[in-house]
Amino acid sequence: MKKTLFALAASCAVLTSNMAFGADGDKTKACFVYIGPTGDFGWTYQHDQGRLAVEAALGDKVETAFLESVPESAEAQRPIEAFARNGCNIIFTTSFNYMDPTNKAAKKHPKVKFEHATGYKRESPNVSTYSSKFYQGRYVQGQIAAKMSKTGVAGYIASFPIPEVVRGINSFILGAQSINPDFSLKVVWVSTWFDPPKEADAAKALIDQGVDIITQHTDSTAAMQVAAERGIKAFGQASDMIKFGPETQLTAIIDDWAPYYIERVKAVVDGNWEQQDVWHGMDHGSVAMAPFTNMPDDVSALATKTTTAITDGSLEPFTGPITKQDGTEWLKAGEKADIGTLLGMNFYVKGVDDKLPQ
Amino acid sequence: MDVWISIIISICAASTPLLIAATGELVVERSGVLNLGVEGMMVMGAVAAFSVAQLTGNPYLGAIAAIFVGALFSMLFAFLTLTLVANQVATGLALTILGLGLSGMIGEGFVGQPGIRMENIHIPVLTDLPVVGKLIFGQDLIFYISIALVFGVGWFLFKTHAGLMLRSVGDSHSSAHALGIKVIQIRYLAILFGGACAGLAGAHLSLVYVPQWVEGMTAGRGWIALALVVFASWRPGRVLIGAYLFGAVTIGQFHVQAIGVAIPAQFLTSLPYLATIVVLVLIARNRRLTMINTPASLGQPFVPDR
Repeated sequence: MKKTLFALAASCAVLTSNMAFGADGDKTKACFVYIGPTGDFGWTYQHDQGRLAVEAALGDKVETAFLESVPESAEAQRPIEAFARNGCNIIFTTSFNYMDPTNKAAKKHPKVKFEHATGYKRESPNVSTYSSKFYQGRYVQGQIAAKMSKTGVAGYIASFPIPEVVRGINSFILGAQSINPDFSLKVVWVSTWFDPPKEADAAKALIDQGVDIITQHTDSTAAMQVAAERGIKAFGQASDMIKFGPETQLTAIIDDWAPYYIERVKAVVDGNWEQQDVWHGMDHGSVAMAPFTNMPDDVSALATKTTTAITDGSLEPFTGPITKQDGTEWLKAGEKADIGTLLGMNFYVKGVDDKLPQ
Repeated sequence: MDVWISIIISICAASTPLLIAATGELVVERSGVLNLGVEGMMVMGAVAAFSVAQLTGNPYLGAIAAIFVGALFSMLFAFLTLTLVANQVATGLALTILGLGLSGMIGEGFVGQPGIRMENIHIPVLTDLPVVGKLIFGQDLIFYISIALVFGVGWFLFKTHAGLMLRSVGDSHSSAHALGIKVIQIRYLAILFGGACAGLAGAHLSLVYVPQWVEGMTAGRGWIALALVVFASWRPGRVLIGAYLFGAVTIGQFHVQAIGVAIPAQFLTSLPYLATIVVLVLIARNRRLTMINTPASLGQPFVPDR
């Protein structure tokens, strides 16, 4: 009895998601699978802005559809395949753990193009992967945090221990240590991408433990509101969250997916879509920083300088010497991290006050 | 010391919505009705509270609207299950699904707006007392209501005649009916009360906990409240303990993580749920205890003429 109830409850999320089907013969149909609601004002919101940009740019040639709040489990298989069966020509799956369901669906539907965000598996020729170098923005945030913090400790609300998140944490602490070598970072894992009350709880716990800067790798604006209430500073995530903390937000990493989505959907329209794996950063405009606010001029000048250096390629956050958390050497002085290690990052660098869940 | 007070206040905030919703559901189940729609009523309350607070600028009006909307929404369940004698489990689930969808639609225009926080109360002198001032005299109004509610319900159920009638309906609706007790009427009122509580719990989420509206922001708290009722073996005092235990584990595990204790984070985040399961198993083992407290007609439809 209880079991059935929970199974039913789990399927509620899928049932309540917006579904819009009915393809028109000559239009290219671009479909999107989202992890959270489009109104999270973070990660999913930005993807949906990308979808709207596709509609605006390609007009009559395309139609789009999306499913929101699709859980990252085996549950994701059905909605992705439903899209593939119902006339979608290209399907964007926008969360890390859609990786296996996406590849499975791609094998069954060779004519449909699949684009998986933040993953690395491309098991058939109709699967591309794409991501952005958000860690570049984390480095800038780390520098700002080290300049602004009085306690020398920042708090990091993390979702799941996947390479994407670990990379962000490492880049943040490297940025901070480039200013203050003794800077340390407390990490709290919430095991969810989107649960505003839980994210708020995590923020409160971190503040009570003495951090005076909060940064997050979860999707809601809850932590920003808690920081505002407690009178400390915080960074926005994925989207500009200044409205939720006008006197709190230092800056935010803004994900801009629009150029990529337009390019890829247009490729399907034009019939020249090919498999690829892209990882753009500030240089392509896919990672941008929100205005530097609530900080003295010298800090914002430094942040601007670092952003410029990362954009023109003269600064790469993961440049040696870098020591791992366990004390072993990872990169020698001047050595740059190879992409493979970055994409599969499963270790902390020195200075992170946490044990990485494995 | 201030840190501890601050932690305890966080625990209160985490426990309050669970406590209110679970207390409401406890009354419903004591009357012999299983309403699985708590999550749906809660999320409807959250959206009602947020939107009314935004439109009027007054969070208290928002909370009143949430109570009203939660109660109104529960009447749909009551009508279907009591008057039309639909299956309670299926109807409750439908109510949850409907609530999640409907609230998303109603709240669409309010997404992305920073909300109005229901401020903590401030009583001159008392709130400024050292140590306990903020904890006892400086929290939000809904927190005080939640505590009063639990004691009020305990008193009502076990010390009043009306409470006795409600429990008798839950234990054996046919006997109660034979004694001339209006079974359907009492169940309607119980469900109405449960809906109002769930609505208020939702208001706490969108006005106090995180003053914003996002679709599905209850994130399963309605289900936890349902589990708490079983956890508490249908006793109000134990609902209070259960809700605060759950809140304490929820908040505590973040502190353990932040301090840097080497326990895997995945284990810590699942701890509140594990604790719930362990207690449920322990309760289920003690058959006598379960038999005494479980409302015997729980979930069974009542048709007077049969």
